Amino acid sequence: MDFQVGIVSEGVEDVSVISDCVMVGIFSKLEWEETDWPQGLDIQGEIFFLSSCHHTCTSSLYSFFIHFSSCKSSSIFIQMIPQQESDFDHNYLKPYYGKLFPFADIFKWMTYGHDGKHPGCDQSYFGRREFSFTLKGDFYLRFQSFNNALELENSIKEKCPLKIDIGPVYTVDPAKRHAYAQGDNNVFAPVERELIFDIDMTDYDDVRYCCRGADVCLNCWPLMTIAIKVIDTSLRDDFGFKHILWVYSGRRGVHCWVCDGKARRLTNEQRASIADYYRVYKGNENSHKKVSLMGAALHPFLATSYTNVLKDYFEKILLTSQNLLATEERYEKILSMIPDESIASELRGKWQDSRRSSSAKEDINVVRWEQCKQLLQSGKHKAQGLRRCVEEIVFFFTYPRLDMEVSKHMNHLLKAPFCVHPKTGRVCVPIDPNQCDEFDPTTVPTLFQLLEELNNEGLRADVNGEWNGTSLGNAITLFRSSFLEPLQKACKEEIERSYNLKLQQSKNSVGW
Amino acid sequence: MEIVRPQSHRNLFSSNDAVSVPSLPLYRSAPPLEVRLEDFESFAIDRLRVLKGISDGLSRGKKPEEMEKLVKELWKVNMRHQHASEVLNKDIISHFVLRLVYCRTEDLRKWFLSMECALFRYRFRFLTPEAQRAVMDNFDLTCRAVNNVEFESIKEKLGQVARSMGQPSPTVDAIFYKVPFEEVPELVAGRKVFISQGYAYVAMNQVVSLVATLFRSQLSKTLILTNRVAINCCRKWTSSIREQEKHRLTPIVEALSSSYLGPDFSQPREYAEISLKDIDQVAKSSFPLCMRHLFDKLKEDHHLKHGGRMQLGLFLKGVGLNLEDALAFWRAEFSKKVGLEKFEKDYSYNIRHNYGKEGKRTDYTPYSCQKIISSTPGAGDQHGCPYRHFSEENLRAALSRMGVNSRAMEDVMDKVRNRHYQLACTLTFEALHGMTCDAGINHPNQYFSDSQKILQPKKDSSAQNLVTARE
Repeated sequence: MDFQVGIVSEGVEDVSVISDCVMVGIFSKLEWEETDWPQGLDIQGEIFFLSSCHHTCTSSLYSFFIHFSSCKSSSIFIQMIPQQESDFDHNYLKPYYGKLFPFADIFKWMTYGHDGKHPGCDQSYFGRREFSFTLKGDFYLRFQSFNNALELENSIKEKCPLKIDIGPVYTVDPAKRHAYAQGDNNVFAPVERELIFDIDMTDYDDVRYCCRGADVCLNCWPLMTIAIKVIDTSLRDDFGFKHILWVYSGRRGVHCWVCDGKARRLTNEQRASIADYYRVYKGNENSHKKVSLMGAALHPFLATSYTNVLKDYFEKILLTSQNLLATEERYEKILSMIPDESIASELRGKWQDSRRSSSAKEDINVVRWEQCKQLLQSGKHKAQGLRRCVEEIVFFFTYPRLDMEVSKHMNHLLKAPFCVHPKTGRVCVPIDPNQCDEFDPTTVPTLFQLLEELNNEGLRADVNGEWNGTSLGNAITLFRSSFLEPLQKACKEEIERSYNLKLQQSKNSVGW
Repeated sequence: MEIVRPQSHRNLFSSNDAVSVPSLPLYRSAPPLEVRLEDFESFAIDRLRVLKGISDGLSRGKKPEEMEKLVKELWKVNMRHQHASEVLNKDIISHFVLRLVYCRTEDLRKWFLSMECALFRYRFRFLTPEAQRAVMDNFDLTCRAVNNVEFESIKEKLGQVARSMGQPSPTVDAIFYKVPFEEVPELVAGRKVFISQGYAYVAMNQVVSLVATLFRSQLSKTLILTNRVAINCCRKWTSSIREQEKHRLTPIVEALSSSYLGPDFSQPREYAEISLKDIDQVAKSSFPLCMRHLFDKLKEDHHLKHGGRMQLGLFLKGVGLNLEDALAFWRAEFSKKVGLEKFEKDYSYNIRHNYGKEGKRTDYTPYSCQKIISSTPGAGDQHGCPYRHFSEENLRAALSRMGVNSRAMEDVMDKVRNRHYQLACTLTFEALHGMTCDAGINHPNQYFSDSQKILQPKKDSSAQNLVTARE
């Protein structure tokens, strides 16, 4: 094996943060995003590694396992299990696209009812949608377009992209954009695009202590659950959207597609306004106070999010699972958010004195949080700045952090559902927002698992497609029943309505 | 609108009943007026003065009250006419002339649109309630008032919103308008309205932003239309005018549209070609804080996120770093962190892209202060305007690292507290260079060139040119 693992002792402290979480992925040092790489850990070659012994991997797809344990001490136990091959691109994606990828469903979705069956359909609609492929070796193919489901399917099967992105619907066929781009007046412009949101765990690195960067575990995943709940509820109740698809991004985050006709036709400015509506974080790395909630009351959206979601998740889950107040470094972070120095130092005094006066059974985080709340909310501190302080702390640790730029512009690309994440091998499956609490990113079907299931199934032909016998079945059923079918119904109705309206108008204009 | 020779001047509006004409026109269709050639130009220039004044005010971070005063003043000074009856005509004519001038490119349209909207917004505020209602009627707003039953059912939420902005809860006789949330993006973005099931509930005192949005979308549509009608506008629109006027109007229109905004610093000017070896030294002496910070962070972390790379990268381009040197510069830093191969694979594309060597091959222009101030850096981001985005503590530390003394520091912090970020930057400049900077800082590259001008006084003559170019 021409494979080396070297661990530099200075790096051990950094490695400790990943000690009790599950890290799954095929990584080579070069493919790691620079911030994700634990400092001092020097690994060359392509590896697939897990930490923590609670997880077993059934994959024979990847080259190696590395097992971290007790990283807090300077000894790191590494186990390498050599496997056969690592080249998953073509050998494994081919059968996936060949037998499992739900082309018909993606096509039905992307036509939004313009399938040619109704006289009011816009036949060119699907053909004006941009698809973009990432091929092996980091080749990007942008502005791909297809006239029908078969073209899309054939192209994907032939090119076998590592990643498929979906872009906007343009005024004209994006593949022929150059033909239209003559003269100063470029008519090539996006006209429709789902309102999209991208929430990525890396943006939460300052509020989670279990993992960093690209890693997620069941201790920090609730942050994504919170984001889904808060945003989904507001999109439906506040903005009145109905056709919302949540998708696991395959590694460390979630994507959201809002597909109502009204949402698809929003201008960039309107998209930005929705993104800003969800923004509570101010400032960047250089200003420590990141949430500031002013005024005598919270906006109804923030108030509802706080009472229905944030508060409970903070107090019942994150406080203890992330040990938010367990060490001096961590509680100092919270104390620094209290504007009143005397209260902060009173609490500091209590906590430094770590004789556990209260019953040792109670979790230290909970005890300290109660003390903090009590002091901040007690009658004598009615000052305006302090009233919001408890909420500000909770918001800071729980409130969704959106990648604003993705939502603000029509022409942002977003990875298609049911792609396979090239580094984890996990399929980007839909998440049911009503049951997002149950979603577990670590048990999402992986490419290899699916192919194995497919092999075991044998050649049992199935009308509904091969995926029926695999663990992808549930995901596709969910996609259809909770998203695609209601969406198609609404789209057909909308086409019918506007068609009748047009008929009516032309009748009126003719009927002199 | 017909452009005629002076002698045939005739005013159609003067025959109308003066009362029926709204004092704030919506410019829905070009007036059936004849315009004297000299008015064509002079009215447009007067209006342009107003719009430029607004633009300058906004980029200096003036507060709403100050802006209100400024607009009132600008309007009064520039848009009066010796005949009271002509004031409205002047307003309408100047608007339509500028519309022709500014429909020609995306950038011009964008600038014109936002300045006209700002102007409209302030003028709407100055109107009497009756006049305001007349404008609202024009947009079919009055029928969308919330009825009592509905008001009762959401009273509590409306109160919550009002209190979240530090205003008292609305009383029973308060008027709210129920409009699709898409029509009030500004109020949505600031969470200044209650939104339910796709509708925003807009209070009477917020109506200005609703009306402004409606005005804006109307104007935006017609601007694109104006441009489309006059395809390849700069030549063709004149064909709609009498042949003999063509040669007189074309230069006016072209001169008008180029006299906006000031330089964009896309081409490095007189100090072109900063070489790589000098860059550390000039960064210390002549970079504004926003760039100095990015530069230092890059040296420290050997990495910057996308926003930081764009802000600093384009600035360096404007300073005169050529593409090869830029690649070398970024490579030297990034390779320390991510390795050479990853740099070539993931980052070098972006740098070439900035220089117009990739993708759609646009030569991107360096960011102005306005753009930097209005950016929204998130967690992990280093870009943005330090005066706006840093905490007070960090800003003080950064300023003192730059060498700002404690007395000047207080002046700077005072400007920051009043949200005059560009003035704060100007004061920093003055403190560090021991000279006044009357023009104020509007662009990081201007900071740089002004600083170099002071530090390298030999090149005085070419510096003179720059100043006149900016005026």
